[in-house]
Amino acid sequence: MVDRVPVLRIGDALLVSIQVDLQDRVAIQLQDDLSERIVETGAKGVVIDISGLEIVDSFVGRMLSSIASISRVLDAETVVVGMRPAVAITLVELGLYLDGVRTALNVERAFALIAARSSGASLVAQGAIDTDLPTAGTDP
Amino acid sequence: MTLTEVAVEDAEVLLISADDDVVRARQATRAIAAKASLSLVEQTKVVTAASELARNTLIYGGGGQVRVELVRSARRTGVRLQFSDDGPGIKDIDLALTDGYTTGTGLGLGLSGSRRLVDEFDIRSGSESGTVITIVKWGR
Amino acid sequence: MDPRTLQRAGAVLASNEDAILPSWVETVTAKLDGRMTRQELESDLRSLYGFIARGASSAEDAELDEARAMLSELSRSRALQGFTPTETAVTIIGLKAGVHELVAAGDVELEDLVAVSELVDELALYTFERFAHAREGLIADQQEQLLELSTPVIKLWDGIVAIPLVGTLDSARTQVVMENLLQTLVDTGSEHAIIDITGVPAVDTQVAQHLLKTVVAARLMGAECIVSGIRPQIAQTVVALGIEFGDIVTKATLADALLLCLRGKGLEVTRRTERAG
Repeated sequence: MVDRVPVLRIGDALLVSIQVDLQDRVAIQLQDDLSERIVETGAKGVVIDISGLEIVDSFVGRMLSSIASISRVLDAETVVVGMRPAVAITLVELGLYLDGVRTALNVERAFALIAARSSGASLVAQGAIDTDLPTAGTDP
Repeated sequence: MTLTEVAVEDAEVLLISADDDVVRARQATRAIAAKASLSLVEQTKVVTAASELARNTLIYGGGGQVRVELVRSARRTGVRLQFSDDGPGIKDIDLALTDGYTTGTGLGLGLSGSRRLVDEFDIRSGSESGTVITIVKWGR
Repeated sequence: MDPRTLQRAGAVLASNEDAILPSWVETVTAKLDGRMTRQELESDLRSLYGFIARGASSAEDAELDEARAMLSELSRSRALQGFTPTETAVTIIGLKAGVHELVAAGDVELEDLVAVSELVDELALYTFERFAHAREGLIADQQEQLLELSTPVIKLWDGIVAIPLVGTLDSARTQVVMENLLQTLVDTGSEHAIIDITGVPAVDTQVAQHLLKTVVAARLMGAECIVSGIRPQIAQTVVALGIEFGDIVTKATLADALLLCLRGKGLEVTRRTERAG
């Protein structure tokens, strides 16, 4: 069990890689650390890699949503990457949809998204990836 | 609710009195679930439910314990978890089990969501007697 | 089984092993017609005989558990090797043959035969149960393998995969298929998935819910799903059942869905200008 999750700076963004099962207090610490680092570095993006997490429960889910909200206020976009299929299926069953949290399949995509945002294109929150795609209804 | 009659094999009792214990509860559940040959998605669901309920026991029950068991019925093998505490009890169980109900820090979401993750769910709670929640997840 | 009858059966078996066992081995060897060698059978049946005789002699049903355990293992291995139910049942029923001969020769009484028969019948039923159980397990395993083979995930383009579903969808199958799809999205790094249900005759509420859950799960992972090939009948059923397809993007054909995904990737399909002459 770890005491603290390391936060790395990569260019304009911060990268957090969660490799192990976290105690609640470590998750809370991460939230605090990230907020501080965003302000410190003026980061435009936060990438949270959860590919190492076998379990995401409501506590971690709320933490991710909080981080996304806090970052947004601090003018940085958060992208959560690497969610495992079993975790996604479980979250849906739990009824936890991580509203307001942007997700991507891997770290490369996440950085691409953040770079696109920096260059002016707007990011779309949880929902359609491309605003040209209709999000509801059947086309005949 | 009546739970299926089972034969119990391995049983382990863990005390839940601190943050670290929620992680231990997850790990113990994972170990038994793997031993019961649950699929990856089934394991993820039951470990997630265990995490929710262990945290509830800690935060709302003021601490307690969980009994983790490998159980066998006529046709299947599964995991049974029993969380118990001597806390103030849940005043309105039906309300607490409704989707979207929350006492601010998410007690409701944990309960109703956890119920969807498992196959059998039994809850007994009273202000004098504390709370006992039993869940069972079956493999094939 | 009545304890006295059980004990009687045990006594008969215990005191007549030299006569009954060879007869048993002979009967089974003949019935199995070469599927097993005499030596193999002899060794198995000798052990089994011992368990049954000892267990029955104690007059306590629980003492027969050793015999049952061996029968269970025997049935299981027979099932896995493809023996027929008869070949498996005969292995235990053959025990009666030796006792028949002894009655004919006047060495044991009819009552003894009845007792042994009752015991053997009970064990035979148990054997059959275990055999059936093992076969069901085998079938379930094969079904799972079939499932994986019959629903391939196809890569249509860089970052776009399709999964054509064919045949009736039941809850279990849909779940397996959806889990495979989600894993493929991770493995291939595809952000777009098209679930084509042209080949699915009917969709019920449960299946629709699984589809919906899969779409939401994929979105949580950072990918988008489109469901294509919804035929008029299915559309009508969905509406009639009051199923909310709400959040799911749907297209009539796989082609339309592919076009949408390509646009999502910033690509456009255009016709090249015809060259004159």
